[in-house]
Amino acid sequence: MTFRSFRFFIPVLAVTAAGLCSVVIISLTGRDPFMIYEKLFRATLLSGYGSGQVLFKTTTLIFTGLAVALPFRAKLFNIGGEGQLQLGALAAAITGTLLPVSFPAEAAVPITAIAAMAAGGIWGGASGILKVKFGVNEVISTIMLNFIAQAATGYLLTCRFAVPSTEHTPEIGNSSMLPGLDDLFGIFSGSPVNITILLALASVLFAAFYLFRSRAGYELRSVGLQPEAADYAGIRSGRHIIAIMSIGGALAGVAALNLVSGYKHYYESGLTGGFGFSGIAVALLAGAHPLWIVPSALFFGLLEYGGLAVGAYVPKDIFMIIQALTILIVIVLNARKR
Amino acid sequence: MEPAVRLTGITKKFGSAEANRNVSLSIMQGTIHAIVGENGAGKSTLAKLIYGMYRSDGGTIEINGKAVAFASPGDAIAAGIGMVHQHFMLVPTLTVTENVILGLEKKRLFSPLALKKSGDIIRQLSRKYDFAVDPDALVSALSVGEEQRVEIIKVLYRNAGILILDEPTAVLTPQETDTLFTVLRSLCRAGKTILIITHKLDEVLAVADTVSVMRQGEVTGTLPCRKTTKEELAVMMVGRSVLLRVENPAPSPGKTMLSVENLDYRTDDGRYKLQKLNFSIRAGEIFGIAGVEGNGQSELLSLLWGLNRKSGAISGKILLEGTDITGKTPAAISALGVSLVPEDRLKHAVITAYSVTENMLFGRHRETLFHNRSGFNRKTVNDFARKLRETYDIRCRDLDNQPLASLSGGNQQKVVVARELERPGLKLLILAQPTRGVDIGAIEMIHRSIIGARDKGAAILLISSELDELIALSTRIGCIYKGSIRRIFTETELSEGREKEHSFEQEIGLNIT
Repeated sequence: MTFRSFRFFIPVLAVTAAGLCSVVIISLTGRDPFMIYEKLFRATLLSGYGSGQVLFKTTTLIFTGLAVALPFRAKLFNIGGEGQLQLGALAAAITGTLLPVSFPAEAAVPITAIAAMAAGGIWGGASGILKVKFGVNEVISTIMLNFIAQAATGYLLTCRFAVPSTEHTPEIGNSSMLPGLDDLFGIFSGSPVNITILLALASVLFAAFYLFRSRAGYELRSVGLQPEAADYAGIRSGRHIIAIMSIGGALAGVAALNLVSGYKHYYESGLTGGFGFSGIAVALLAGAHPLWIVPSALFFGLLEYGGLAVGAYVPKDIFMIIQALTILIVIVLNARKR
Repeated sequence: MEPAVRLTGITKKFGSAEANRNVSLSIMQGTIHAIVGENGAGKSTLAKLIYGMYRSDGGTIEINGKAVAFASPGDAIAAGIGMVHQHFMLVPTLTVTENVILGLEKKRLFSPLALKKSGDIIRQLSRKYDFAVDPDALVSALSVGEEQRVEIIKVLYRNAGILILDEPTAVLTPQETDTLFTVLRSLCRAGKTILIITHKLDEVLAVADTVSVMRQGEVTGTLPCRKTTKEELAVMMVGRSVLLRVENPAPSPGKTMLSVENLDYRTDDGRYKLQKLNFSIRAGEIFGIAGVEGNGQSELLSLLWGLNRKSGAISGKILLEGTDITGKTPAAISALGVSLVPEDRLKHAVITAYSVTENMLFGRHRETLFHNRSGFNRKTVNDFARKLRETYDIRCRDLDNQPLASLSGGNQQKVVVARELERPGLKLLILAQPTRGVDIGAIEMIHRSIIGARDKGAAILLISSELDELIALSTRIGCIYKGSIRRIFTETELSEGREKEHSFEQEIGLNIT
């Protein structure tokens, strides 16, 4: 019933070790690592626009991180965040264009959100059903469903919804657009960060409550820890598996609000840009703890945007290497602990 | 007589915990020496130190007068020490001979094995010590007792002069235990030294020459078996006097609570696990089921608890107060007032990573009393946990933050028993091996609570492999063999049986094999 204490020693060690590795790698490219890091921090934390960009990426990563972390508590590995997010984004964009212009924003935004959650949730839930009814491993099914989502959104975009001779859908109606923090408060000048970030933080609180305070979470965690004991205690594991995969999918899907309603205002190919997969890294670094998803997402958001910002000096790939190294080190340290 | 094994000041630490502290012990050549103690007293650690599986942090080990420092069991085997583990390490698809020589083939890959020669040696050993094991039989066709003899042959084949047996009787029937003891005595006569690790005091007194008692990592005494009693040993083990046999006032059974009628259970591959199983339990009585593991007990438990609904074929009825519960889910069955203490506590009854409090709720978390909207009512839950801790004397530092895994086996089981006994409106209590791996002090407490629940009018089904536990607690005992009840001992037969326990155990033994 208590919020489990989180061992932050391993993530901190992993981040530090990966940082040291990056110093070596950057030196190997012939650049001064300290100059690169100085530029990186100037372009992100010390600039209003840069911080806004980092927070924008963090918002998406919080959703996709939760989409992995929640099922992880039931020992389910949701690799399908990317596909769930793609479908959510397309659903949000289509809903946004279909709603009449006169529709009030108070209704348009929730409807868009529900459409995105439903699209992602069905995709996640499908893996849950495949697992419970047919014993299909969720890793396999979510990967396969990713391919299907990729192909289906591609087809729907090109052949149905794209504005002729472009690769994106028409712009959504004004009523389904979400205001940026710049528009509202005049902060993070011109950056895409928008009020979806509040929804992301609310989702974190919801996830923490669900896992550690609700009866459903109590049952769910027992299914993850000791499935046989859960059966003996009369817990219907199947229901929990389907439910948590659906919730995970819905959380990945609703990240569409950040990308579509809050930023681009349309769906285009490549919009989701691997955020679904980065969510896996976010969740692993956070030890699948909802509250720790926030700093973890911030760290990865910083690397994602920071990598772009210093792209003129070192290839962005170096920062992808750091991300991957961090996760590998976390996994190795966790394995050693056992 | 020379000591075969002499330990002086042995200390072994795991982290900061001392598993063995300053242990000094002499095991005489050609004797049977028993080491008794509760779980966690350090017996197994000591055996593993002698066998080279652990290295000591202090002290010396002398084998046949020579100081040794084994780096691995290989060194111990070379020095003539053999160990028979509690869980046998045999390959079921190979013959006895193949199993015995495994690891000693001394042949190049693809060249033929000297199976015939080895088989002859095994035959000689069998004749010499009365083993009655066929070297050409497949291990999968052997009984548990025979498998154990194969393990002993393995050790003898490697020319061991000192044999260590870890809980050798845990899996044996009373008859098989007697056979084992005969074998051990004949080994002893042939000059072998035998060290038995056990917690069963009756058996120690029946077979050993000398007994050492361990408590909290230390040897509290070494006595000749002729000059001691079960009670004295128990006091030395626990550190205080304990009731070895709980008081069992006469039961006053009421109406029939559970009746199992013509229950058949066939697995998906067509084997009958239960066949025409019939018995009934009245309110306020304890019905014991005696049997060798694998004769349908686990299948019966699964059916009573609503597991296994989806595999195999069930026919017959399980009536709880007249209502058929076959096909119901565990949640529905428990809501009717049925409690289960499953056999494998750590795997099935608790979530080891959850706190003690959370575990006290586990399986009972659907009771609305504990609810508060979509979560739990922390106050009711905490009060409940504190009440259970007090009533059942559960020793833990912090109910809410200490994971269950950090409790001792006895305290873990007390958590499970407390939770299940305190179920509101308890009608039927199913207990499977309720005291397995539990220390003597906790056994006393658990037995008393079981009798208490019986007196409050619950019908109790007790499945146990410890015959003395069945005899001490049960009102009636049914003997299960190949999925049906072969014989039921009545209340009168039981009260007579308690007077002459050994022969009564033998009689039950005949009905379960």
